[in-house]
Amino acid sequence: MTHKKNHVVELDDVVVRFAGDSGDGMQLTGSLFSDSVAFAGNDFATFPDYPSEIRAPQGTIAGVSGFQVHFGHNNIHTSGDLADVLVAMNPASLKASLKWAEKDATLIVDSDAFIEKGIIKAGYDTNPLEDNSLVGYNLIKAPISRLTKEAVKDLGIELKAALRCKNMFALGIVLYLFNRKLDSTNAFFEEKFKSNPLIVESNKRVLKAGFIFAENVEAINPTYKVQPAKLKKGTYRNITGNRATAWGFLAASERSGRELFLGSYPITPASEILQELTKHKQFSVKAFQAEDEIAGICSSLGASFTGSLAVTSTSGPGLSLKSEAIGLAVMTELPIVIVDVQRGGPSTGMPTKSEQSDLFQALFGRNGECPTIVLAAISSSDCFYSAYEASKLALEHMTPVILLTDGALANGSEVFKIPKVADLPEINPPIVEPNDPDFKPYRRDEKKLSRYWAIPGTEGLRHRIGGLEKENITGNVSNDPLNHQLMVKLRDDKVKKVANYIPEQKIIGNDSGELLIVSWGGTYGVMLTAVERLQEKGKNISLAHFKYINPLPKNTKEVFSKFKRIIVCELNNGQFVSYLKMNFPEFKYEQYNKIQGLPFMVSEIKEKFSSLLNE
Amino acid sequence: MEESQIKVPVIPELTKEDFVSDQMVKWCPGCGDHAILSSMEKVFPKLGIRKEDFVVVSGIGCSSRFPYYMNTYGIHGIHGRAAAIASGVKIANPELSVWMITGDGDCLAIGGNHFIHIVRRNLDINIVLFNNKIYGLTKGQFSPTTSKGTKTKTSPLGTIEIPFNPGELVIGAQGTFFARVTDSNPKMMVDVLFEAARHNGTSVVEILQNCVIFSNKVHALITSKETKENNQLHLKHGEPMLFGKQKDKGIILRGTNLEVVKLGENGITEKDILIHNKFNHDTGVHNMLARMAPPEFPAALGVIRAVEQETYGQALMDIIDIAKNTSTLKSVDDLLNSGNIWEI
Repeated sequence: MTHKKNHVVELDDVVVRFAGDSGDGMQLTGSLFSDSVAFAGNDFATFPDYPSEIRAPQGTIAGVSGFQVHFGHNNIHTSGDLADVLVAMNPASLKASLKWAEKDATLIVDSDAFIEKGIIKAGYDTNPLEDNSLVGYNLIKAPISRLTKEAVKDLGIELKAALRCKNMFALGIVLYLFNRKLDSTNAFFEEKFKSNPLIVESNKRVLKAGFIFAENVEAINPTYKVQPAKLKKGTYRNITGNRATAWGFLAASERSGRELFLGSYPITPASEILQELTKHKQFSVKAFQAEDEIAGICSSLGASFTGSLAVTSTSGPGLSLKSEAIGLAVMTELPIVIVDVQRGGPSTGMPTKSEQSDLFQALFGRNGECPTIVLAAISSSDCFYSAYEASKLALEHMTPVILLTDGALANGSEVFKIPKVADLPEINPPIVEPNDPDFKPYRRDEKKLSRYWAIPGTEGLRHRIGGLEKENITGNVSNDPLNHQLMVKLRDDKVKKVANYIPEQKIIGNDSGELLIVSWGGTYGVMLTAVERLQEKGKNISLAHFKYINPLPKNTKEVFSKFKRIIVCELNNGQFVSYLKMNFPEFKYEQYNKIQGLPFMVSEIKEKFSSLLNE
Repeated sequence: MEESQIKVPVIPELTKEDFVSDQMVKWCPGCGDHAILSSMEKVFPKLGIRKEDFVVVSGIGCSSRFPYYMNTYGIHGIHGRAAAIASGVKIANPELSVWMITGDGDCLAIGGNHFIHIVRRNLDINIVLFNNKIYGLTKGQFSPTTSKGTKTKTSPLGTIEIPFNPGELVIGAQGTFFARVTDSNPKMMVDVLFEAARHNGTSVVEILQNCVIFSNKVHALITSKETKENNQLHLKHGEPMLFGKQKDKGIILRGTNLEVVKLGENGITEKDILIHNKFNHDTGVHNMLARMAPPEFPAALGVIRAVEQETYGQALMDIIDIAKNTSTLKSVDDLLNSGNIWEI
C-alpha cells in the first residue's frame, strides 16, 4: 500500500534538532521554528548546544552548533531526549549529532555538502549517505546548497550571501514536514531585515523553495501534525532563562520601588542577563559593565548601601572571584542578589555546557561563618519567579541571596504564561524613616532578625558599616569575644528564619511510599517527566524537587521520613546529597549523578528508577 | 509672586563638629593621617552640601579606617575595592558627594585595576590617596610606590621593583584631575581638597603622608625644613613655576624636557619660565610635572591637572533620559507583553 502524498500522522510530541557549522545560523533556525510552534499553540522547550569557540574551523566536529526543539500536544517540561528529526547541514554535524537522534529518526541532510573534502574533515572514511551506514533512518537527501542558489539566482546577490540563506531552506522542509505555515517566519524576515529588502526577499524565497521541495519529494511522506497543547487560558510568550532572570529583577524593582542596579562582567553563559538589562534604561536600570567580577559585585554592594535593588550576575569562576565581597555583604547585612549561571567546572571547565556543581561553592565558598540564602531556579520560565523571590528575600531579610541557575536553563527556552506584576507578592524592604530616634545600625527586626536599611541622603541616620566585626546594635567596630559569637549566631539565625517565609516542600505523587526521588534546580523538567511517566504505569514513586536550598523547607525531614528509599539525582558528583547527609544524617541516601556537561535524559533516569523499583 | 514660592533647599551652616565622629581615632601618635582627617573635617562643612549627602568609602589599610572617624554615611570595604564600591554608590545616587580614602597598597597594588578604571570613566568621585610608600597595617612590607632599593621586611636587600608614580598613572588612565600635597602643609591640603571636591569628574589627590613607624621620613627630602624650599614647587594656575627660598629658581621647557634654571643666570628671566596651565587637555607637561622628583627637580605640589570632560554620571543620565523619552515600554507589564505573544 502506498501512502497518498497528503497523508498526515498525528503525534503527541516531537523532538527536532538542527545541526550545522557554527556559522550556519542553526540557533536562529531553531528559534524561528520554535516561534512557528508557539503560534500553532503547542507547548515547547528548546535547548541550544553550541561550542565555546565563535567560529571553530569550518566543517569540523568542533564547530558543530545545535539547537533542539521539543514540542507537543501535552505539557512539555524538557527539551527532549533524542531527536525524531535531525537536520544536518554538513557531514560533521551529522557525525556529531547522530548520537542525539532516535534510531529511526528522519534525517534531513544537505547532500551538496557531502563531498570528499567535507567527509574527510568530519572524520568519515566513506560517504555516510552512500555506504548504507544509515539504514533504518528515514534519510532525506536534499541538495540544499544548490537549490538555495537556484532560488535566488535572479536577485543578483553574491554567492556567499545567497548561501547564508541555506538554513532557511532546511527550515522550509521542516515546516512542511509538520504542516506549519510560513507566515510567522516571513513576518520575522520583514521585521528583522526591514532596512534591506533584498535580504528579506532572498530569505523568503529560500524558505518557500525548501517548503516546495519537501512537498515534491516522495521520501517526505507522511507528514505530521501535533495538536495544540491544552494550556491554561492566558497570554503566553517564549522566554529563555537568562531573559526571564533579567525580567524577574525588573519586576522586583518595580514592585519594591527600588531602582535596579546590576554590576556585572561578561561571562558565558550569564552575559545575556547583563545584555538584557542594559536595554532597559527606560526603567532607570543602572546596568554597569564593571572592569572585573570583583568590581561587579562591589559596585552592586555600593548601590545596595545606597538603596538600590542590587544584583550581580556571573558563572562559576566569577562566583569564586566574588567570594570575599559576598562575605562583606554578609557582614554589612546588605541586600544583594548574586546570580550564578552554573557551567561545567572546575576552573574554566566547559563554559557552554551545563552542570550543577557550584552548590558547595554557593553554600560554603567563603571565609568565616558566612551563611547566605541559596535558591535554585527550576526551569527557564521559573527563572523569572526565582529572580523575583531572590530579590524579595534579599530586600526583606537584608542579606545576600545566591540564585543558582545553569547554562541549560539560561539558554534554553520554554513557554511562559505572562503574569501581571500587580499579582506578584508585595516587596517591603525595612527602610528607616528620616530622623528615627531609635535607629541603630545593627538593631534588628525581632521576627526576621534583619537589620534596618538606612539609606544615604536620609536625614538623621548617618552611620558607618564595614567588614570588621560589629558590636551588636550599635554597629561599632568590636573585637569582643562574646559579641563575636553573638553576631555569628545572629547572622546564622537570620538566614535560618527565612524558612518561615518560604513554602513547604511539595511532593509530586504520594507523600509516602517505596521510592522518593530527590532533585534540585534545573533538572525539574526531566525529573517530573520521568516520574510522571512511571506513576502513569502505576509505579510507587514520588518526587521532591528542591528550589529552596538554604534554608531548606521546614518540612524536609518529615518528607524524607515517609519513604523507604531516597535517591538524590544531580548533575554533579554528589553535592546536594552530601548537604542532605549533613543536615539529616538519620536517613540513608542513594545517589545518581551525571557529570558530562549535559542534562539528564528522561529515558536514562526512567531506566534507573525502574531498575531500583525492581530490585 | 510665583518666584518667591520656589523653594530653594536651605543647607544649614555646618561646622567641623558636624563631621567629628564619636569613635576613638586609633592611628599612631605622630601619624600623618591625623592632619589629613583634620583637613577633611575643615573642608566638608564648607562645600555647601548637606551632611547627609556625604559618603566616605574605603578599602583596607591604616588610611582605610577613615570612614569610622568621619560622621557621615560610610563604608569600610575590602582590600583594594573601594573604587568599585564607591562607583556603585555614585552611580546609584549621583546626588551624593562620594569620597574614597585609600593608601598606596590598597589603591595601586590590589586595587590597581579598579583605580585605573574609575579614573578612565571619570565618575564624579573624590579620591584621596595616602602615599607613605609602605604597607603600614601589615607592618612594613614594600608597596608599589616604594622607591627602588628600599629595604623593607619583604625586601631585606632592597626592592628590585620599579615603583609607580601615582600622577603618571592617573594621567595615563585619562585622568581629569590630579593634585599632590604633603601631610605637613594643612593649608595647601585644605585648598587642594576643596578644589578636588569642586572638580566635575574623578579627582585624585595624592597626599605624601608620613608613617612614623615603618617609613618614617620617607618624604623628608621634600618635606623637611632644611630642604623643602628647594625641593617643593607650588603650582598655581597662570603663574610661572618658580621655587626656592628667594623664588629665584624656575622650570623651563627645553626641547622636550623640563629643566631647572636660575633667574639671572645665562640670561634667564622670569619670562622664560613655564607658566602653569592646569586646564591644558594635552598631558605632556602635566605628565612631566608629575614625574619631577628631588634631587634633580623639585616635587610639584598643588593641582597639576584639572581638565573639563563629560562625567560618567552625566553621560549615563543623558542616555537614561533618551530611553525614557523614546521607549514605548512604560512598565514591566508592557515589557512582558511586548514582542511575540499569543493568547490561549
